[in-house]
Amino acid sequence: MSEAADHNSAFMRKIEAEDKIEPQDWMPEGYRKNLIRQMSQHAHSEVIGMQPEGNWLTRAPTLERKAILLAKIQDEAGHGLYLYSATETLGTSRDAMVEALHEGRAKYASIFNYPTLTWADIGAIGWLVDGAAIVNQISLQRTSYGPYARAMVKICKEESFHQRQGYLIMHTLAHGSEEQHAMAQDALDRWWWPTLMMFGPHDAESANSGQSMAWKIKRRGNDELRQKFIDQTVPQADILGLTIPDPELRWNPQTERYDFGPIDWDEFAAVIAGDGLCNRERLRNHKQAHDDGAWVREASQAYAAREGRTDV
Amino acid sequence: MSELTPLFEVFVRSKRGLDHVHVGSLHAADAEHALTYARDTYTRRGEGASIWVVEARHIVASQETDADMFSDPMEDKPYRHATHYDLPDGVENL
Repeated sequence: MSEAADHNSAFMRKIEAEDKIEPQDWMPEGYRKNLIRQMSQHAHSEVIGMQPEGNWLTRAPTLERKAILLAKIQDEAGHGLYLYSATETLGTSRDAMVEALHEGRAKYASIFNYPTLTWADIGAIGWLVDGAAIVNQISLQRTSYGPYARAMVKICKEESFHQRQGYLIMHTLAHGSEEQHAMAQDALDRWWWPTLMMFGPHDAESANSGQSMAWKIKRRGNDELRQKFIDQTVPQADILGLTIPDPELRWNPQTERYDFGPIDWDEFAAVIAGDGLCNRERLRNHKQAHDDGAWVREASQAYAAREGRTDV
Repeated sequence: MSELTPLFEVFVRSKRGLDHVHVGSLHAADAEHALTYARDTYTRRGEGASIWVVEARHIVASQETDADMFSDPMEDKPYRHATHYDLPDGVENL
């Protein structure tokens, strides 16, 4: 047997035994590339995701709401950093990842290309978008790459408040005046379908799913995770007294799951391809913030050099 | 010249998938030796799947006297915890 085949069979034995793969272990190039793609996309999503929420920071209705939103956005920045660092253990660099984002070679979650038009959108993002992200991330706590799994554990723990604060914004609005209730319903109407798209294409059409499942990078299929999210979210909408915008949504006593209507995959494809409502704005803001921050990075390096701290 | 070799801090991963955890320190002439000594000193009973050693002088640590600066501002932000939010009756999976 060749050396490469030896390495690969040792690698697959670890995967099959539910052992984690750690940075210094031998791994197939495809595994490394697949992880860099998925983890950097995950990191970019955390960072780009700050923009739609940041849009309402200065207009949060109370000081407490503002402090909570600020804490949540600060968490997203931290989660982006955990994920970038974990990705760097695979041999790529932060610069390379940011460059790939700016050049459109790396993606981020399509959901963040939708605008936040009202305060209720902040509620809908916390409840639905974070809710969907948590369903995905809980399954990724068991991913086969050690640094990714450990980052997911920390992120899931910290995110436990994100979904709750969003749900309570929705609850307050849904039980407020008629206008406030309508605002909450409008946010649900606009965010429901894009949230379902977050789980990605049907497994049969997902380009990376099969190999990712075999390597245990992904632990659950897109469709299974989407169904899990729907099943736990529909009763939450009932308590809000809001209507999920899907006329085909109904409980199926045979499967004991909710049946739901078709997802508009043309919309998903268009947003992924760059034609969502905010794609250009999101990238432009990110580039500008990166460029505007260049002097800070340079100044901190110049200061460290002057103080003779370059060895630290 | 001091005869004492540099101090190294030792971190051991007890099992694949877990974080490296600080277990102690030792003196060694260089990093390679430190790694070998760490094996003999800290993992004689198969405690470790992986060992890190780092020279102690490279560790930058917060000081006890700085505790206020590092911890106090966190204590008045209870809204960072999920327990801060009371959910309506009957809500599950949040």
